[in-house]
Amino acid sequence: MPTDHIVRSYDEDLRKLRDMIARMGGLAERQVADCTRALVRRDSYLAGEVVQRDVQVDQLEREIDGFCVALLALRQPMAADLRLIIACMKVSNDLERIGDYAANAAKRSIVLASLPALGSMNGFIRMAQLVQENLKAAMDALVQNDADAAERVWAADEPVDEIYNGIFREMLTHMMEDPRNITAATHLLFIAKNLERIGDHTTNIAERIHFAVRGETLPEDRPKGDNSAFAVVRAPGD
Amino acid sequence: MSLSTETQNQPTGSASFGGLQARSEAALNDARVAIRNLDFFYGDNRALKGINLDLPDRQVTGMIGPSGCGKSTLLRILNRMFSLYPGQRATGEVLMDGQNIISDAVALNDLRAKVGMVFQKPTPFPMTIYDNIAFGIKLHEKLSKSEMGERIEWALTRAALWNEVKDRLDKSALGLSGGQQQRLCIARTIAVRPEVILFDEPTSALDPISTLKIEELIDELKRDFTIAIVTHNMQQAARCADQVAFFYLGELIEVAPAAQLFTAPKHPKTQEYITGRFG
Repeated sequence: MPTDHIVRSYDEDLRKLRDMIARMGGLAERQVADCTRALVRRDSYLAGEVVQRDVQVDQLEREIDGFCVALLALRQPMAADLRLIIACMKVSNDLERIGDYAANAAKRSIVLASLPALGSMNGFIRMAQLVQENLKAAMDALVQNDADAAERVWAADEPVDEIYNGIFREMLTHMMEDPRNITAATHLLFIAKNLERIGDHTTNIAERIHFAVRGETLPEDRPKGDNSAFAVVRAPGD
Repeated sequence: MSLSTETQNQPTGSASFGGLQARSEAALNDARVAIRNLDFFYGDNRALKGINLDLPDRQVTGMIGPSGCGKSTLLRILNRMFSLYPGQRATGEVLMDGQNIISDAVALNDLRAKVGMVFQKPTPFPMTIYDNIAFGIKLHEKLSKSEMGERIEWALTRAALWNEVKDRLDKSALGLSGGQQQRLCIARTIAVRPEVILFDEPTSALDPISTLKIEELIDELKRDFTIAIVTHNMQQAARCADQVAFFYLGELIEVAPAAQLFTAPKHPKTQEYITGRFG
């Protein structure tokens, strides 16, 4: 907002809200980065830290939700202020889910560290990189009230989905080649799915920011590429 | 049934943040004014029943409730306005600095210097702006001309009016706008350095922007003064008050920190009133 509110404490409240949501976004980004690092390096200790840190993510969501409810009751916000507060409530839920997915992936990577390595990790690394970039861009868009940046993030999920499709097919192949691969491949599938869901939640965040700034919703059909629901891999010789 | 003692100062369970910090915390400041077992009678009519309420030091207590609930009556007890009217009497205690201010133990003039009042309709005296403020000071203190000038400038500055009137202190106060007149009345009140300021529907006669300016002013004033504000506009109570007291038919139904009362009130009557489901 270009000008200050007549009541200064109200501006302080809104600033505090933006700080809290930015902090939660930073924490979620770190969880995604660390769970991937834990997976790729087979680092169970780091994975354990990610799991423990999820409590902080949940706590921040509760704080933000409570603060937003108080803001709505006590300040009667209108227009852009109202949209911002509602967006922050929803974004905090998305960030909490992202945190859960990262913690879940970290738990699985502890199991994977005790099994022989399966396949290359390049797809996972690339996927996590893209997802982190998008999440960071979304949170920056929130802090800077940048609807255009939010729209770019909203449209950027397709590459993430494409990598996920590739990992999906690769894991099916590993499982068919050798049943001893099934445990590791299944965990890796779930981790890949978690990363893909993190990407989707990031898109949600971008949509909410766009609405908060512009007051208009983005079109229903955003660019999507996850066709794993239709994937079939036949065994060699079928 | 009055729930005043049970529901006062309940913990909110929510964390503290930014400008909402003081208004979300469960612990309000210690009482500056303590109202104990207060009854009030207009003749035979018992208008207030067994009121027990603390006004926390240098915080804002908002008093809300439907018409006729007794909130304005209570406010006017705090500076003993009822002493003007023979048929009106109060029993119980209103304690400030260990003294019962509604008893004869406290002289009326001293009380009115410690407890100031701002009314709904701005009441500038038909005098210059300077004299409006000097009038009250002269009743209580002997100040030199320069001291008086300083005090007047201080009061008008604290009331966010100085810049607008500093070049016309010798002009009639009646020439000011509604919002300015109200701020003049606030300056007049704080010029005698009270400890408590009572506001009775202070912005009901003002436009929305002037209203917000007064609310910002109240936010600043509470750093130095204990404030009680009666308002039929509960959104104003939500914006301004640290603690909110809900009155109904002469009883104090519930008192709680603002964030708690407006998000999760404990008494069903409170919930009915603030959600507009009354009657």
